[in-house]
Amino acid sequence: MASSCTKYELCCNECGKSYGNRPLSACPDCLAPLEVQYDLESVRGRFTRESVTAGPASIWRYKELLPIPEGFQPDLPVGFTPLVRAKNLGKRIGADNLYVKNDAVCFPTLSFKDRVVSVALANAQAFGFTTVGCSSTGNLANSTAAQAARLGLKACILVPADLEAAKVLNTQVYGARLVRIDGNYDHVNRLCTLIADEYNWGFVNVNLRPYYAEGSKTVGYEIAEQLGWRLPDNIVCPMAGGSLIRKIRKAFKDLIALGLVEPKEVRFFGAQATGCSPIAHAVKNGLDYIEPQRPNTIARSLAIGNPADGPAAAKMIQETGGWAEDVSDVELVSGIQELAEDEGIFTETAGGVTTAVTARLYSQGRIGRDDLTVVCITGNGLKTTDALEGCFAAERAVKPKLTAFDEYIRVVDGQLIGADADLTLAGGAR
Amino acid sequence: MSVKVILPTALARHTDGQKSFDSQAGDLPGLLAEFDVKFPALAKNVKDENGKLRRFVNVYVNDEDIRFLGGDAHQFEDGDEIMLIPSIAGGSCADSA
Repeated sequence: MASSCTKYELCCNECGKSYGNRPLSACPDCLAPLEVQYDLESVRGRFTRESVTAGPASIWRYKELLPIPEGFQPDLPVGFTPLVRAKNLGKRIGADNLYVKNDAVCFPTLSFKDRVVSVALANAQAFGFTTVGCSSTGNLANSTAAQAARLGLKACILVPADLEAAKVLNTQVYGARLVRIDGNYDHVNRLCTLIADEYNWGFVNVNLRPYYAEGSKTVGYEIAEQLGWRLPDNIVCPMAGGSLIRKIRKAFKDLIALGLVEPKEVRFFGAQATGCSPIAHAVKNGLDYIEPQRPNTIARSLAIGNPADGPAAAKMIQETGGWAEDVSDVELVSGIQELAEDEGIFTETAGGVTTAVTARLYSQGRIGRDDLTVVCITGNGLKTTDALEGCFAAERAVKPKLTAFDEYIRVVDGQLIGADADLTLAGGAR
Repeated sequence: MSVKVILPTALARHTDGQKSFDSQAGDLPGLLAEFDVKFPALAKNVKDENGKLRRFVNVYVNDEDIRFLGGDAHQFEDGDEIMLIPSIAGGSCADSA
C-alpha cells in the first residue's frame, strides 16, 4: 500500500508557529502543545467515501488523514473495531438509539492505544529512533511493547508501581524493559519528559506525542463511516489525558470539511472516575484550567491527576454544549457488569466509568432518549479482572452425575430449567 | 536562605545550558522576578505577556506540584529543590526529519 502524501506539519495551538516534522511536543516559544495540521486541500478528491471503502479493514484506510511518513508501509491491521447497536443497555438506561464503539477488541493488544502507538512508531522509525518508550497506565505499555517487538525496536516502558498485574505481564511478555516507578502516573510522566530530554529515545506520548495523538482520530472516522457516513448527536468518551475526546471531534471536522458527511454539531460528553476527575471538575465549574488532583480510583487507566490535554478538553466540551460527569468506583464496577450482561462486552474499569456515566447523563436528561449516541469503550476487561474480585462467589464443584447436577441447579438457579424439566428427569434418570 | 532551581534541557537553552542554580527567592513570584534579572530569555519563555507563569509550565517543590502547596503563596524553605517543567515537555528543537 502506498504511503500518504498529504502535507502535514507540527503547529502550535497557541501562537500558531509551525515547526515542520520532528520529535517535539511543545512549542519552544510559548511551551504550548504542538498539534499536527494538514493541508486538507491537498487530499480533497483523493480522500472520498469510495477510496476509504476500497482500503483495508484497519485504520490504514484513513491513511491520507494520518501523519504517516513518506515510504511507510503499514504492517498490522490495527483498529476498525465493531460499532454495535446497544439495545439491551439502552433499555436499561432509557436510550433508544445507543451504540457502543468497541475498542475492547482492538488489534493487537485490546485497547484503543493500538491506534495511537501504530502512528507514533511509524514516525519513530522515520526519525531514526531505535529505542522507543512511554509513560503508561497500562494499555499504552502493552501496545508499545507489542508493536515495538513486531517492528524490531527496543522498548523501555515506565509505569506506576501499583499497576494491575495483568497489564504488567502483558508488557513484559513482549520482551520490553518495564520499569516500575515508585509514584503515580503524573510522577512517571514527569520523569519521562526528563528522560526524553537526556536520551535519544522516541517516547510515544512525550516527544512523539503530536503524531501519537493523531491516531485517536481514527475512532471518529470509523464511527462516522460505520454509521453510514453520518455523525452521531452525542459522543460519550472516557478521559484520562484528555486527548481522545478532542481528536474524535477533529476527525468529525475533517470529514465535514472534505464533504464525506453532512455538517452537524456533535455534543461531546466526558467520563471520569470521581477519584480522579480534574477535567470533569473543570467542566462542571466552567473553568478553562485544570486543578490537579491526586488520583485515588481503581480506574487506573484514567488516573491522570494533571492531564496534559485537560484544559483543551474541558474547553472543547463546553463549546459543544456537552458535559462531563464522574462516577464512584462502586458505580464503575456496576457499569462493567451491566455492559457485559446487556451487550456481551467485557470492558476494563475505564469502560465501566464510561458506561456508568452514560447512564447518568440519560437519567439527568442531558442526553435525550431518541438521540443517536455513541459510547466509546476503549479497553478490555481481561486486563482488570481484579476490579471484579469478590463480585462472584466461588461455586462448589458438582459431581459429574445428572442427579447431582439437577439437585444443584434447582438450588442455585431453578429458573434456568423450565417447568417441564421435572417431566424430563422424572423417568430413567432418577 | 537558598533554594536549588532545576531546569530540564528544554528550558536550559535560555540559561547557557545551566540546568541548576541556587536562588535566594522566597516564593514563586520572587523566583520569576529573579529570572527577569538573571535570565531574561528564560523569563520571556516561561512567563506570558502579563508576567504570569504560563499555564503550560508546571512547578514542583521537592517533587510536589506547587498547586497542591498553595501556588504563589507557598513559601520556599532553605534547601528546597524547585523544578520547572513544561507540562507537555520533551523533544529536541533540532530538525531530525
